[in-house]
Amino acid sequence: MPHKTFLAFIWPSLLAMVLFIALPIFSVGYQSLFVEHEQVLIITENCGPFGCSDEVTVDAQAMATLRAEQPAGRFNGLSTYTNASHLATDEIGEIFATSENWNEIRNRIMNLPFYKALAFTLAYTFIVTPLVIILGFIIAVVVNAVPSMLKGPVIFFSLIPMLVTPLVGSLVLFWMIDSRGIIGAALQVVFDNPTLSLKASPTLTWITLFVYGVWHSAPFAFVVFYAGLQTVPQDTMESAMVDGANRWERIRFVIIPYLMPLATFIALMQLMDNFRVFEPIIGFSAAASATSLSYLIYNDLRAAESPLFGSAAATSMLTIVGVVILLLPVLRRNWREFNRKA
Amino acid sequence: MSNPAARKPISLRVLSMSIVGAWVFLAAFPFLWTMWGSFKVEGDFFSRADWMNALTGPVTERQFGSPFTLDGYDGAWVQEEFWRAVINTVIVTISVVLISLTLGTLGGYALARSGFKYTFWLLMAALVFRAMPHVTLVSGYLLPFFQLNIWGHLPTTIIVLVAINQPFTLWMLHSFFLSIPKDLDEAAMVDGCTRFQAFRLAIIPVMWPGVVTTGLFSFLLAYNDFTVTSMLLSQENQTMIPKINAFLGSTQEEGRVMYAVAAVVSSIVPLFVLILFFQRQIVSGLTAGAVKG
Repeated sequence: MPHKTFLAFIWPSLLAMVLFIALPIFSVGYQSLFVEHEQVLIITENCGPFGCSDEVTVDAQAMATLRAEQPAGRFNGLSTYTNASHLATDEIGEIFATSENWNEIRNRIMNLPFYKALAFTLAYTFIVTPLVIILGFIIAVVVNAVPSMLKGPVIFFSLIPMLVTPLVGSLVLFWMIDSRGIIGAALQVVFDNPTLSLKASPTLTWITLFVYGVWHSAPFAFVVFYAGLQTVPQDTMESAMVDGANRWERIRFVIIPYLMPLATFIALMQLMDNFRVFEPIIGFSAAASATSLSYLIYNDLRAAESPLFGSAAATSMLTIVGVVILLLPVLRRNWREFNRKA
Repeated sequence: MSNPAARKPISLRVLSMSIVGAWVFLAAFPFLWTMWGSFKVEGDFFSRADWMNALTGPVTERQFGSPFTLDGYDGAWVQEEFWRAVINTVIVTISVVLISLTLGTLGGYALARSGFKYTFWLLMAALVFRAMPHVTLVSGYLLPFFQLNIWGHLPTTIIVLVAINQPFTLWMLHSFFLSIPKDLDEAAMVDGCTRFQAFRLAIIPVMWPGVVTTGLFSFLLAYNDFTVTSMLLSQENQTMIPKINAFLGSTQEEGRVMYAVAAVVSSIVPLFVLILFFQRQIVSGLTAGAVKG
């Protein structure tokens, strides 16, 4: 297909992606170099019968003109990146200088908002993803073994947790784990502890979010593995049997290697999706004990008076760097394959 | 069964049936429970006394004379005007699906038929774009949109959702068009069609299965989106999911939480219907990317 025809077909799609995906990334990069204007203060002297006092007010008009002139705020260079709510370079230096042992260093770093969010995001990504793959594989293998008339309904119900949006899905679970909800009440009975609440402790909140993540994504892995199982070559299975492989050995040495490319695919998709975990934190009202990078950005943009564009943009840039690092192995592999073909 | 590989001892069959049963229960029970509970009052759904109350509904019966009440739905749909959010959702999802499929089929076709090196780079860029957390993009939109005065309107959100959806749509349709033999449109071109005529006359009639599958996922993206719609829409233009989030702010008042429960159930039911009718397409769509690479 000549370049011109190619362009004629693809330009609308390309334009949309450039305008709303590529440009915003530059816009974010630009915004991250600026911070909100300092407040213009007016000091007026109020003199009454009991003497004079200075009153400080914000000059709303001057602020408005300032905002109109420089909507992005005032230039701040890279300071936003290094301040306490992002990379916190000074604080980290101080922590290392004044802490006694590694435990203290870890605890103090975990109190910095950016590192707290990063820790949860990474933990969520790297704990949920393998569990999703394992659980999805187990379900696929057992569903493959049940009578075929049951398979349709099983897949139907399996798809629901995945297709329901995370906010709604997590709300449904959140109401059930409430201490007055069915799961919350049941856990209190099981552990014989009437004050047990999954919302109270950070550890339990983390676990709840992980469980939610696995519940939400396992169907995806299940469906992909299940489709893969339908295409396992039967003659390989039979020759494995002739060679005396038992059921477990057939799974271990025939099915798992055969499904390995699918596992890579699921891992890639899951890494991308889990890295942007955000809605469950809102659904479970978990922000006090677990925040993610995406949640930090959302929170900055939602700031009560005026959105903290600079701060949100800096976190966004750091998140994008994280995404690229995450994708680097995939991109490199694709690049090698492409070169081999060419 | 003749295939000895498929014959299983009883214990194994029982084991697999019980795992399947446990999984189906885990997957379905929360939704069925919440649906049932949405017809109760708060005192029953969140019962301090006995969890069975959520099933039988004694408090609901005392208040309304019947164990079921539409009070939550009335509160959500009429009092809190959830119907407005539903209409907005309908507008947004239909527009997003139609526009992203139109752009996506054209672009996906071009990517599948062009053999130049830049198609690889475009697809890789699309993959990176697909991985971008939506909220980072939103933080790039807000300031320019405020400046241009286009923040808060439905068309803005629709375009943004279409754009965010493009990487996925392109990948999906690209691999679908690869599975349509090249000879089909090339034969049409030999017969004197231009590339576009060949696309219209030879490809469009056979592309519907792929388009339907991709369309389903575009629908799900638009229907389920929270990040973009909650940040880019003004209060009166909100779609269902941000509206539900807005309900949560007022849960402290007695009875209000049931409005949110009713709204949540209202947003889940259409998905049930969708899965019921399109289960096969959804499954094939989920696996398409995996099988084709």
